[in-house]
Amino acid sequence: MKSHWGQRPSPFLIFFVAIFCGALFFAHSPYAQAQAVDAQTSRITLSLATEPPTLNSAQATDTIANFLLSHLMEGLLRYGQDGSLQGGVAERWELTETGARFWLRKNARWSDGKPVTADDFVFAWRYALKPETASQYAFILYPLRNAEAINRGELPVENLGVRAVGAHELRVEFEKPCPYFLGLTAFMSYMPLREDMVQRWQRAYAADADKLLYNGPYIMSEWIHGASIRLRRNPNYWGRNEVAIAEIDLPYFTADTSAQFNLFRDKRIALASLDSGQLDKAVEQGFDIHQFQTGALFFLEFNFRKGRITANKSFRKALQALLDPSILVNKILGMPGVLPAYSLFPTTVTGPIRSTGEASYFRDQFPVRRVTANLDQARDYLERAKKELGITAFPPLHLLVGDSPRALQEAEYYQYVLKRGLGLELRIDQQIFKQRLEKMRRGDFDIVAAAWGPDYDDIMTFADLFSSWNDNNRGRYNSPHYDALVSQAANTADPKLRFQAMAELQELVVEDVPILPTYESASLYVQHPQLRGVRRSIFGGDPNFRDAWIALPEGKR
Amino acid sequence: MKMSLSYDLFRPYSLSTTYPLAGDGACSGNGPESVELPLAMPSPSLSRSGKLAGVAIVLLLVFVFIGPLVWQQDPSRQWLSQISMGPSASNSARLVDNDSLWQPRGEVQTAVVHSANTEFVRLQWPAVEGVHAYQVFRNFAEQSGLGIPLAVSRVAYYQDELQLAETRYRYTVKAEGSDKVLAEWEVTPEPAMSRFEAQLQGLPEQSGRVILPAHPLGTDALGRDILARLMAGGRTSLMVGLIAPCLFIAFGCLYGALAGIAGGWLDNVAMRVVDFVIALPFLLFMILLRVAFGIGPGEDGVFPLILAMVMMSWTGSARLIRGQVLSLSQQPYVEAARLAGMGRLQIIVRHMLPNVLPMILVSFSFAVPSAIFTEAFLSFIGLGVAPPSTSWGAQCNDGIKTLLSHPQQMLLPAAMISIAVLAFNTLGDALRDAGDSRLRELS
Amino acid sequence: MWTFAFKRLLSGAVTIWFIATATFFAMHAVPGDPLTRDKAMSPAVRAQLEQRYGLDKPLVTQYRLFLGNMLKGDFGISFTQENRRVNDIIREHFPVSAMLGITALLIAFIGAVAAGSIAAQFRGQWPDRLLMMAVVAAISVPGFVIAAVAQLLIVQLNNRLGQPLIPVAGWGGFSHLWVPALVLGLGTMAYLSRLMRASMLEVTNSEYILAARAKGAYGWRLFWSHQLRNALLPVVTELGPAIAALTTGGFVVELIFAIPGLGRYFVQAVQQLDYTVIMGTTVFYGAFLVIMVVAVDIAYGLIDPRIRYSRGR
Repeated sequence: MKSHWGQRPSPFLIFFVAIFCGALFFAHSPYAQAQAVDAQTSRITLSLATEPPTLNSAQATDTIANFLLSHLMEGLLRYGQDGSLQGGVAERWELTETGARFWLRKNARWSDGKPVTADDFVFAWRYALKPETASQYAFILYPLRNAEAINRGELPVENLGVRAVGAHELRVEFEKPCPYFLGLTAFMSYMPLREDMVQRWQRAYAADADKLLYNGPYIMSEWIHGASIRLRRNPNYWGRNEVAIAEIDLPYFTADTSAQFNLFRDKRIALASLDSGQLDKAVEQGFDIHQFQTGALFFLEFNFRKGRITANKSFRKALQALLDPSILVNKILGMPGVLPAYSLFPTTVTGPIRSTGEASYFRDQFPVRRVTANLDQARDYLERAKKELGITAFPPLHLLVGDSPRALQEAEYYQYVLKRGLGLELRIDQQIFKQRLEKMRRGDFDIVAAAWGPDYDDIMTFADLFSSWNDNNRGRYNSPHYDALVSQAANTADPKLRFQAMAELQELVVEDVPILPTYESASLYVQHPQLRGVRRSIFGGDPNFRDAWIALPEGKR
Repeated sequence: MKMSLSYDLFRPYSLSTTYPLAGDGACSGNGPESVELPLAMPSPSLSRSGKLAGVAIVLLLVFVFIGPLVWQQDPSRQWLSQISMGPSASNSARLVDNDSLWQPRGEVQTAVVHSANTEFVRLQWPAVEGVHAYQVFRNFAEQSGLGIPLAVSRVAYYQDELQLAETRYRYTVKAEGSDKVLAEWEVTPEPAMSRFEAQLQGLPEQSGRVILPAHPLGTDALGRDILARLMAGGRTSLMVGLIAPCLFIAFGCLYGALAGIAGGWLDNVAMRVVDFVIALPFLLFMILLRVAFGIGPGEDGVFPLILAMVMMSWTGSARLIRGQVLSLSQQPYVEAARLAGMGRLQIIVRHMLPNVLPMILVSFSFAVPSAIFTEAFLSFIGLGVAPPSTSWGAQCNDGIKTLLSHPQQMLLPAAMISIAVLAFNTLGDALRDAGDSRLRELS
Repeated sequence: MWTFAFKRLLSGAVTIWFIATATFFAMHAVPGDPLTRDKAMSPAVRAQLEQRYGLDKPLVTQYRLFLGNMLKGDFGISFTQENRRVNDIIREHFPVSAMLGITALLIAFIGAVAAGSIAAQFRGQWPDRLLMMAVVAAISVPGFVIAAVAQLLIVQLNNRLGQPLIPVAGWGGFSHLWVPALVLGLGTMAYLSRLMRASMLEVTNSEYILAARAKGAYGWRLFWSHQLRNALLPVVTELGPAIAALTTGGFVVELIFAIPGLGRYFVQAVQQLDYTVIMGTTVFYGAFLVIMVVAVDIAYGLIDPRIRYSRGR
């Protein structure tokens, strides 16, 4: 029974070799092992958390796209190295209560050499507001006259309050006073688009590196989906002489902080964010650890719909007296820089301009009243809630959380403290991203762990969050007092009146507890010592390398 | 996760190699008497490693079921003042009033430590003219470098509350933006607990101190006793690992037997269905089904997990049993029994069941580790059981975040998974070898 | 032979249809839909999006449209990667997974044949025991633990050497490939090693080997042209399912080593409820699996004349 199959080439062998060669061919990547920082060629290597869902500036919503677009595109204004607003495509501007005027630089060019004109902005803003574009961020253009009506499809786009006067002047009319409009023009939804490119590629616009045009400090020279992105200095950029770093390589897409940290330790990437798990190791390795406030507020949102226990104020106050944000931050999260939150407004929110002319922080001017944890008080409130609701025992509460490990850890902490401190049963409803959002929208929760990152540099991005008309108010909190304060601030450009209303609002949130702020997030990161001048900021794309440079290594100076 | 694949996806295609006893081993007997042999055989002739594996399984079961009676810590109890600790003995801690709004009285001439305990370390240093902000750093005393940047303080004092342990720290204060060190301390905090936590935990106070329990394996990132959690997690892991195979093998056997007995077109259709299910990519569908079933609030997620596993894994045993039923019904002794007027059910119970039981036993002991792995894999990617329930896989998922700083938080549950899988695999091997006379002769 | 192949392919096609249907309905049973975003959107915008993706139509119509497009080989446009076609996603990322899987399989196969043969040759002696212990260990440790620890060890090694020798993560070149492939293939290697050992023992004790030995075949010649070739047969049978399993099962390795494979995309897609990507990936993998099994069935027949197709399955 001797087998002879070995005498001729096995079909298996041919089969596998064929597949192997095929895979080798397709998976071929030109990426060469680069160093984190290369001073000679002025090149840096970084990792990216995920691939951006889209680079169409009118449709993009996420931080990754924001980061890339802030390098690839430039709006009328941009955030400078010190965090102040500086001229982008616009070289002069003028802001009034009813509108704004921008004069564009003559030397601002697209990557194909054509000048950036006022029409590119008019087209971009109209395009973003058209219902067919289905832009998630359309609301950020609502300060423009008629924008909201256009977005709802009630008016044609031509009625939008923006027009080009010649090729280099742009006139904007407001719906109502918008003292923070200049900051908005640095946001990605306000970036210019070239009509011919958008028309040419239609849905495929910005799907590949060669399917979009650039007017920012960098162009995308390569985009291998799922594998790597490469940015190169834009030779047509008006400020090309200010851009020191010639090339930014992004050959790793990973959201896993330990993988990022390992890459950093291996000198593969120049910047890596840290989680509490890597902190001790980073310290042990002697890395310089940096931190930066991301400006996002994390909070527990209560459900005010009919029949929910959480609609009872005494009950919410009981939780407020029980859950001390400082314990969560210091014991559980263990991330330096993350601050316990006591107010609707994070410490990073800008306040009124001081008499000296410099910007101030809202919280420095208007400190928040702090409720300290007190178990006896919490139990008293709970008893009161019981009486008010006319019940003898509380039913289990549902806490809706996302599926990230940290979200779960927090939820377990709340579950334990509520059980231990008040005898309440908290049921964790952990859902994948889309399902959690759907349940939030439907109001299918008692408490939801949520977060809010500011969209623009003004206190209003937080303030109107819980007004009764805001669709992002998932708990359906409805307070005439709250609404009145928001309207009061929204309809005036007088900073004194605005911030007075906001201070009252801050106190109202502490007193009425529509939400329970938990912490203000921060990002910890390690950075290559030769890489300098990287701007970390809440607005305008983070991190930003436009003004960064590579220093000579220590000792070679 | 990989091996669960090799076992689940491979077995349907490799029946002949994985179960040599199916074809010729057990059925080569020539009368009803010898059929009982394999059932009786395994126990006396189990190899040494098989016996060892049996002992290990018993020990594991004792650990997870009897263990909690001996080690009576609540696995979900969070010791907030003892986060991510190494193994520790019982000790006492001083009660302190925590006040995050602490402010010193007046200014100081030299750098001062006002108090140092594991709840807070209060530092104050002389204010420097012209400095707007101070940067405060903390490091372990034995390490070089500044360590973690705790905060930027605009006043000349700082209270550190960040996960303090009973080790020696070095604090450094610098003016922001300069390299000059303004103050430096080395401090060892004494064990303490805040009054709030003591009240929350319901600990009795004895002259300003409380007694804290021992943690032989340390605590996890939420201050929970790892030993207690390993026991609790093992209950879930082993339960899923044992119940899911029971269910899908039972279902598969029933399905296979019915198909085999029915025969004809019914059998044909039934086997087509089996082919379809086998063709489904296993892990992809486990993930998909798990998400589709979802878990409501408060549910521990064990049921949907088991359901998904049953739906995906029953086919192997269905095929096995059908094949057995078909081949057995042609055996002379079954033929004889039928001629003797025995009913169908009777034939199945008297003659077929004893024949296939050893095989079922073997496939069961191989299905257990693969079920444990599958559960671990799903928990690992966050689609497993929900808290307060826990499992070894979920603990690995928790622990991987702190793999660098506290490797035991992941390696301990991973070791438990490995021991359990190893024991069941070895037992399966031993059972199979015991049933397979030919292999036994070889070795 | 050809009728057999045709029959297998036909049943394969039905199987793929079954997979597609099962996935379609399992997916639509999940509450929520891929259009839900973290910021609230106006009804007009939502209506636009629903229309763009055809979600405004009844489920049955969607199913019919999906089947029609699937027949044309078109899986539509991704919900999360808004401007990309699912076909492009598969075309770009599957080769990565396939490459990883095949390398893993090659490593596993070569390692297993070597280990199995050595263990069989030294049956009961220390090399056998050592190898079988390693095999048992490899089977018993969850893959994600091996992957995480392997990555940690690479970092330690690179640190110790002072220069990066092995890349920690990422994709490009063979240097990125072999550690993840080894980690991925370890379980399969262990499994195949046992198989190889058993099969080798069986062959060694078979009558024809004894006969060959009696005829004067010895040493390498005996091992190479008689024992090895025959012992390989059961191992080779496993390769088809193994390649499918390894190619479709690299999720965790892809996640931990930041490899842009299709598995990583699938996990993301499930979490984002990206209907089109989920459907495309599952159907594609299902088809791949089916084709692998059919290919192995047919090829096996070419190798082993003892198998007659009429018997079928």
